[in-house]
Amino acid sequence: MSRYRIPGKGRVDHAAPVRFSFDGRSYTGLRGDTVASALLANGVHLMGRSFKYHRPRGAVTAGSEEPNALIGTSRGKGRFEPNTRATMQELRAGLVAESQNKWPGLGFDLGAVNDLAYPLFSAGFYYKTFMWPRAFWDRVYEPVIRAAAGLGRAPSEPDPDRYASRYLHADLLVVGAGPAGLAAARAAARAGLRVTLVDEHAEMGGALLSDPGVVIEGRPAWDWLAATLDELRALGVRLMCRTTAIGYYHQNMIGLCERVTDHLDSPPENAPRERLWRVRAARVVLAQGAIEKPLVFDGNDRPGVMLAGAAQTYLHRFGVLVGRRAAVVTAHDSAYFAAFDLADAGVRIAVLVDTRDAPPAALLDQARRRGIEVLAGHSVTATTGRLRIRSVRVNRVRDGQVAGGRAIACDCLLMSGGWTPSLHLFSHTKGSLIWDEAAQTYLPGETIEDCHVAGAGKGLWGYGAVLADGDAAGVAAASALGRAAAGAAPAVAHDRTGSGEALRELPSDLAPSLARAFVDFQNDVTAKDIRLAVREGMKSIEHVKRYTTTGMATDQGKLSNINGLMIAADTLGKAPPQVGLTTFRPPYTPTTFGALAGYHRGSHFELTRKTPIDPWAEEHGAVFEPVAQWRRAWYFPRPGEDMEAAVARECLATRASVGIFDASTLGKIEVAGPDAVEFMNRMYTNPWTKLAPGRTRYGLLLGEDGFIRDDGVIGRLADDLFHVTTTTGGAARVLTMMEDYLQTEWPDLRVWLTSTTEHWAVAALNGPNARKVLEPLVEGLDISADAFPHMSVAECRVAGIPARLFRLSFTGELGFEINVPARHGADLWRALMAAGAPFDICPYGTETMHVLRAEKGFIIVGQDTDGTVTPEDAGLGWAIGKAKPDFVGKRSLSRPDMVAPGRKQLVGLLTEEDDVRLEEGAQIVDDPDQPLPMRMVGHVTSSYRSATLGRSIAMALIENGHSRIGEVVHVPMPGRTHRARITGTAFYDPDGARLKL
Amino acid sequence: MLLIHCPYCDETLPEAEFAYAGEAHIARPADPMATSDEEWRDFLFIRTNAKGPHYERWRHVHGCGRFFNAIRDTVSDRFLMTYKAGEARPALPAKEGAE
Ligand SMILES: [Zn+2]
Repeated sequence: MSRYRIPGKGRVDHAAPVRFSFDGRSYTGLRGDTVASALLANGVHLMGRSFKYHRPRGAVTAGSEEPNALIGTSRGKGRFEPNTRATMQELRAGLVAESQNKWPGLGFDLGAVNDLAYPLFSAGFYYKTFMWPRAFWDRVYEPVIRAAAGLGRAPSEPDPDRYASRYLHADLLVVGAGPAGLAAARAAARAGLRVTLVDEHAEMGGALLSDPGVVIEGRPAWDWLAATLDELRALGVRLMCRTTAIGYYHQNMIGLCERVTDHLDSPPENAPRERLWRVRAARVVLAQGAIEKPLVFDGNDRPGVMLAGAAQTYLHRFGVLVGRRAAVVTAHDSAYFAAFDLADAGVRIAVLVDTRDAPPAALLDQARRRGIEVLAGHSVTATTGRLRIRSVRVNRVRDGQVAGGRAIACDCLLMSGGWTPSLHLFSHTKGSLIWDEAAQTYLPGETIEDCHVAGAGKGLWGYGAVLADGDAAGVAAASALGRAAAGAAPAVAHDRTGSGEALRELPSDLAPSLARAFVDFQNDVTAKDIRLAVREGMKSIEHVKRYTTTGMATDQGKLSNINGLMIAADTLGKAPPQVGLTTFRPPYTPTTFGALAGYHRGSHFELTRKTPIDPWAEEHGAVFEPVAQWRRAWYFPRPGEDMEAAVARECLATRASVGIFDASTLGKIEVAGPDAVEFMNRMYTNPWTKLAPGRTRYGLLLGEDGFIRDDGVIGRLADDLFHVTTTTGGAARVLTMMEDYLQTEWPDLRVWLTSTTEHWAVAALNGPNARKVLEPLVEGLDISADAFPHMSVAECRVAGIPARLFRLSFTGELGFEINVPARHGADLWRALMAAGAPFDICPYGTETMHVLRAEKGFIIVGQDTDGTVTPEDAGLGWAIGKAKPDFVGKRSLSRPDMVAPGRKQLVGLLTEEDDVRLEEGAQIVDDPDQPLPMRMVGHVTSSYRSATLGRSIAMALIENGHSRIGEVVHVPMPGRTHRARITGTAFYDPDGARLKL
Repeated sequence: MLLIHCPYCDETLPEAEFAYAGEAHIARPADPMATSDEEWRDFLFIRTNAKGPHYERWRHVHGCGRFFNAIRDTVSDRFLMTYKAGEARPALPAKEGAE
């Protein structure tokens, strides 16, 4: 057993050694240890290097507020986590841990030369140094900064762990299971409330775990704790350890992150690593206690310097002595108790420095009885020691004058600058924080949430006061929910009360410019930096924060915020509340992306919609592409074909004979009711009144602003029934828009809207032989050219399946779209493939569909339009029912800007060199020789290689394009600039002769 | 996550069931073609951008599908009340916020 572990002491299991490694070296700790306590038990204080100066650092706390002891932990491939706090990570067998920010090693680190250059790295260093010359930024500054910066290394493998999420409802959620939280939970549970009590540590008890000598309700603290937890369990309270309340959201929703397996030697198969809870609680008690403040003096960051309360915790919870010869420096009574407990455990207290002139007599008396030398009215001005503190320099201070110092040898230095109420979650509620002049700290004010801060978070000190306050908070919660509750404030003996003073940096006789007196350990911000920032004009704490980065590290300044504020306020000569306080934001402590993502990863990240024909496509080697949550067949390569070859073959086969396409993803909305035609007239630009049942029409939908929103072919099946199709991506938007108008603008219309997108499977047959394939399968309908002309719709049976049959074309060829109930989609497809075999029917995907429609100049909404394109811009002015008094967007079409010259209009583009395919999105200029930045007159919206035409084709939006047909424009692309001629958009069969077959 | 009361379902449900739908009580002119360019511009684009109580539309999109109106305080993000579409714009509730 190590010489820093006291046999039998603490809450660790002395009979259960646990092996682990740190930086490649093997150590033994005990079950119940954290990595930090186990390392300290082995005499290891050096646990990392700091971020900027690479100064050696050790654990300064014993909790989640730890700024220094950040380690990487791993459990095999993909299970590496950086920036884990060694003070929170429980020891498990085989844990592999590594320190951070060091190279080549923790003991000897080359980056530590930054520390020698400390006078150069002043506040605002980055802003000042890397300004000039501008060209250096990309090539020199940024790569160097990126290589040197960063906290820990990022994991390089996908995370194989599972993460869970749950909802929970409670009458009362108590955050923090210290004395106040326990008392609140007990009072509320006794009154019959459904209570949940959470604590971020491995076990409940909070400060009680570090103060076993206190006696509550006649029992030693730990016995009282055990009995209270037993009672809570019996009352049905949900007790959750290792669970951090990360954020307080609207209306009493609290996010909890529960660490499920990180402490286990071997996690159960498939157990989630973490579980995110969303708790909705009628009432919340925040009993998160207070966080001890460091003191600010030169060398306050050396390994071995830690908070006095942390040393007390290591002693009582873990049976670990943080040193053999301790010096103590304090501005608060609480450090005396830490010194007494350590002295009673055999630690030599070399000196107890109190910044105050007159410490309480009772404490001085107890110190004297233990032989502890107390130096009141003294300051600490320096420390020595390279990788571990070796001595502390102590100076007498009288009337503001600092006398000469003397060095006192020690192997650890315990400091206390007083306590800051932990009000992070309270701040998340937008609750106000009120500066308390007496306590020199912020205390909770008003909040709109049903929330109550209890205990040390309210600035209370001492177990009696805190327990009584927690009890009252539980009673208040019960009363608020209509339950009678009787308070039972626990009686406390051997209480540890106290008070202190709040300081800036400690007074010193040494030159302040060289003092490394750290305020923010994690971001390496010193008192000098903050004073410099104020002198350079940063007057608000928000500016000081951004200029110096104080409080911006992963600990969000839990230790540093108040010290930084006090120093800034002192420099400004203002009271702290006039300087302000930065805003705390969730999460309370760093939270894994895994926990936040939960189940929503991989194939569960977004749903994948598949058509009834999808299995056939997969079976036949389709390559798929995602389109608005749908997985669509992109093209069907044959062996040896790349995409270009496959698409060329599919295009030629369709134009030569017949192609088949799965169009099931088209949005479909049934518009039914006596006023359906009036509704259609008002929604779409086109006139619908004269469209006879059995006929279809291309419909264009605008926003009220006059810009194109969607389009699709719409069939009238009966006087009161329209079958509307929308773009694949626009289905839900169009239905929402229709519902909005129907419900809120025209509630008098008798119309009903039904989404039928997934009710119908749709096969599109296109090509000169399309009718020959289809005709033998059709029953109950004559589909000859005369009886069933272009733009017809009818109900019939196809291959024995009831169908809605459309004759329409998105390819320019003779075309049919066969809608059948989705469950028959695969059967229909197979029947059409069989019937098409004699005609070499060719299945094609979305890419061929795009090429075929572009050859005809048909637009894709969202590709050839971008929300700023009017019907006239797109060459679709013919689709507007000009005689209609009104439709959505009509009024906007006559707004001045909509009819002004210079609008970008959709045109065709043919490159002068046939084989050049322009990039979609490429910018277009008139004069390629003009100076940069060039004036752009438009951009390419669609561009393909057309096998049918034996050349490339493109569409583009170009200023005044419609009046520039025949002109040449230039398209700069990587490599060179291409010349292209403006044309109309119909490249193939512009007269539509092929539709009339 | 906010809790929102749907006046049609008469239930208070999580925000995830609802979708915001812009400012309320901006009626589409009965005859848009009779409006001036300025009037039409105001209808299209000009919004209150309130700091404090804001009359706005929501849709219970994953529930009954109905659009309804709400008064929400944009500072506290609290819903002060919700009411059915078509009902007159109500006065502000006398006391704002939770007690
Ligand atoms: Zn509803």
